[in-house]
Amino acid sequence: MNHDGRLLRAAVLAGIGLGLITPIVIGLWETGRAAFGILPALGQEVASLEPWQALAALPGIGTSLRLTLITGFGSTLLSLLLATGFCAAVHARMRPSAGAQMLTPFLAIPHAAMAVGLAFVLAPSGWIARMLAPLAGWDRPPDIATVHDGWGLALMIGLMVKEVPFLLLVILSALGQIPVARHMAAGRALGYGRGIVWIKIIMPQVWPLIRLPVWVVLAYALSVVDMAIILGPSTPPTLAVAVTRWFTDPDPAMILPASAGAIVQAGIVALAVALMLVAEALGKRLGRWWLRRGGRGLSAEPGLWAASAVTMALMAVGVLAMVSLVVWSLAWRWSYPQILPQSWSLKPWTGAQDGWMRALANTLLLAGATVGLSLALAIAWLEGEDRARRARAPWAEALIYLPLLIPQIGFLYGLNVGFLQIGLSGGIIAVIWAQALFVFPYVMIALSDPWRALDPRVIRVAAALGAGPGRRLWAVKLPMLIRPILTAAAIGVSVSVAQYLPTLFMGAGRIATLTTEAVTLSSGSDRRVTGVYASLQAGLPFAAYLAAFLIPAILHRNRRALTGASAP
Amino acid sequence: MKLSLVLALSLLASPALADWQQTLQAARGQTVYWNAWGGDARTNAFIAWVGDQTEARYGVRVEQAKLSDTAEAVTRVISEKAAGQDEGGSVDLIWLNGPNFLAMKDQGLLHGPFVADLPNARYLDLAPGSAASVDFTVPVDGMESPWRLARFVFTYDSARVAEPPRSMAAFVDWAAANPGRVTHPDPSNFMGATFLKQALIELTPDASVLQDPATEATFDAATAPLWDWYDALRPNLWRGGETYPANESVQQQLLNDGEVDIAMSFDPASAAAAIADGLLPDSARVFVPEGGSIGNISFVAIPYNAANAEGAEVVANFLLDPATQAHMQNIEVLGSFSVLDPARLDEAAKAAFAALPSAPALPTLADLGPTLLEPHASWMTRLTEEWTRRYVK
Repeated sequence: MNHDGRLLRAAVLAGIGLGLITPIVIGLWETGRAAFGILPALGQEVASLEPWQALAALPGIGTSLRLTLITGFGSTLLSLLLATGFCAAVHARMRPSAGAQMLTPFLAIPHAAMAVGLAFVLAPSGWIARMLAPLAGWDRPPDIATVHDGWGLALMIGLMVKEVPFLLLVILSALGQIPVARHMAAGRALGYGRGIVWIKIIMPQVWPLIRLPVWVVLAYALSVVDMAIILGPSTPPTLAVAVTRWFTDPDPAMILPASAGAIVQAGIVALAVALMLVAEALGKRLGRWWLRRGGRGLSAEPGLWAASAVTMALMAVGVLAMVSLVVWSLAWRWSYPQILPQSWSLKPWTGAQDGWMRALANTLLLAGATVGLSLALAIAWLEGEDRARRARAPWAEALIYLPLLIPQIGFLYGLNVGFLQIGLSGGIIAVIWAQALFVFPYVMIALSDPWRALDPRVIRVAAALGAGPGRRLWAVKLPMLIRPILTAAAIGVSVSVAQYLPTLFMGAGRIATLTTEAVTLSSGSDRRVTGVYASLQAGLPFAAYLAAFLIPAILHRNRRALTGASAP
Repeated sequence: MKLSLVLALSLLASPALADWQQTLQAARGQTVYWNAWGGDARTNAFIAWVGDQTEARYGVRVEQAKLSDTAEAVTRVISEKAAGQDEGGSVDLIWLNGPNFLAMKDQGLLHGPFVADLPNARYLDLAPGSAASVDFTVPVDGMESPWRLARFVFTYDSARVAEPPRSMAAFVDWAAANPGRVTHPDPSNFMGATFLKQALIELTPDASVLQDPATEATFDAATAPLWDWYDALRPNLWRGGETYPANESVQQQLLNDGEVDIAMSFDPASAAAAIADGLLPDSARVFVPEGGSIGNISFVAIPYNAANAEGAEVVANFLLDPATQAHMQNIEVLGSFSVLDPARLDEAAKAAFAALPSAPALPTLADLGPTLLEPHASWMTRLTEEWTRRYVK
């Protein structure tokens, strides 16, 4: 362990502590204070339980809670089931890289853009209904709630369209670490069906590898705001949307019960993760008993095919949604029951040009700054680990996931109060900081495995040739890792572009990005302009993924071993 | 003693113009962050035009902070006050009225009174009780400056609907004959609340009580017929009254999609404007209930801690310029009716208003019938709460 390594690690630790952990703690603290009635701006200085009583007395609060639990757990469990079933059915027939490429558009598109597209595709006057209208004889759209429905089904579909591909990718990469073919052969030789081998042998090994991402999906689904505004029920909405509304109510006293609601939201996620742990422990016991019983009569094959069919249908709906964004942005009049626009125009693009150019510039600036900062911190962290020759402590791993597991609404209001006190709110710096809280974890997670997978012999050869730690990093590691670094950057870009609440709360409404504009416009009357913003919003991360694919291919065009070897 | 008296009198006589020169000087170079609802593309374009004009004339730039709900800006000022940021605030100008104004005025979050200092205020009728001097019956007291006139109107597609309901009471029978074809925005949105208020004014036994703050007793008595009416209407609303569009823009989109037959707006020109923008079919038309409809004025106000208060005053003054108001009333621009008192305009300004173009879907002032007064802001708050208590489960 040398001095340089220690200094680097101290710097990283300080960066993480001050930059990542402190804001979350301050945010939770200020929100928590308001939840217990302390809000000096309103002359409230005495702690009390009144905000909680006010929260409990708000109309529809029970329904909001129920909706949050149903949509959050429902979409996560169904997504997990579908992704597992689909993997089991097609894993043997698909190359992992082909799978990753197929999934990229679904991962790249921000939730809000997907929601805007789905809102049109699924609506009773939407694309699917228009395709069915001639067959069903609907001269007027049917009076059925397919979007903003009281059960939150549209919201669940929206979440699943985004989360199934994410979980597929996570499971596929986990499967890369397990000798699937050998276990499958052994299982089949013992007389188990293919589906049962997946359930009994493969998945128990996969679960520990995907546990954290599943928690992240669950936490996200329980607390999502932008997608729930666009697709979810509205009277009353899910808890996260209701809390956002209360925070922005004309009556400032609503900030108190809103803060209590934000704490409840954080509590729900904590309980949900605890519940998953309990379920896991129970599953282990039951699973062992079931495994030892050894029954072979069951066939899970039809279930697998059903899961695959539903997954394919979800993806088809997702593709329709993405295409509809572009079509709307080029339409002029497009009324029910026309399947294609009656007239086309570039006016949505030219008319709103000033607006979308500024939003695009802001979005690019934020993405560049947050991804740059996050990459620098992630590389410094990983290099620090290398120099200390130490594996990551579990608490450090937990630290990375922390911002992804705490609901944004739980601490953003409080963080804004904190930022105001140091005079930072309302500016681009505050937004960059707040966004980086969510960009860094993804960049770190995406970069960690490929970094560790780098062939240590290469580093040793460089050291033997006299290269110091700095030169090993700049001349060997970074060039060799350029593909995963750019992939991590692309993931970072798509996370930054998708941020809604941090931009809204920290930017004091002054920083208009493609996402804030798309969500605002989605509650307007012009789908064509919304289509412009949502298309750009979806296109930007996609361009980043494309660049992450093309740049290493060009840089390494004459180094065959580097073209794909280090990619996950 | 005598000298100081003279001095005091001269100061009282005409401080305004000298002050205004100072305001103009201080405003030069400022950028005004105008927090305004951003859901209407034509309003956004008009605000951008205002910024171009004020920059050219007074060196004052305007940046619109586009809100999805005006309350966001109110919350922002409150959280700035919470953090002790009493100057250099991030909000310079807010488009607001009604409960948002009442909330900010009550909590001392506003700069002013400033309206009397604006040179163009001379074109306004500011007599006590006039439309520009009360906001939802709350006295304006010079704390916010008017800029556009709002009238509650319904929009329908004349190609699909032969005869729209002619009174609020008639909505019940109309909806029963056309189930699922009418709805209203969620009453947590001001347009949804206005739909209920419009019905309340028509149905309540004595509409004059609505001008005073609502009390437990007056509220129950005045709203009883409203809830009977609503209970009869609700089962035949779109989606059986289980869900509502978030605001009037979403409902206009539903009208365009053919999911409902009636939409509503606070802008009589919105149908004509939407047709020109390709957002409604050419056959869209406007109607108002026979007894008239609610009207109010949209205002701009300046938060107490605004960083660019002088620039904001310059913008507020520019909005009241007769040429600006005529430009705004042009159907090809915004189509919003002017807030100025026609009696106070000179001949040139009158001619400018008379020369404005018309459109088939644009109603005349005569088509709109009498203007009904907004109830006191407390009625809206209570109506929304009571509606939520009754129908949100």
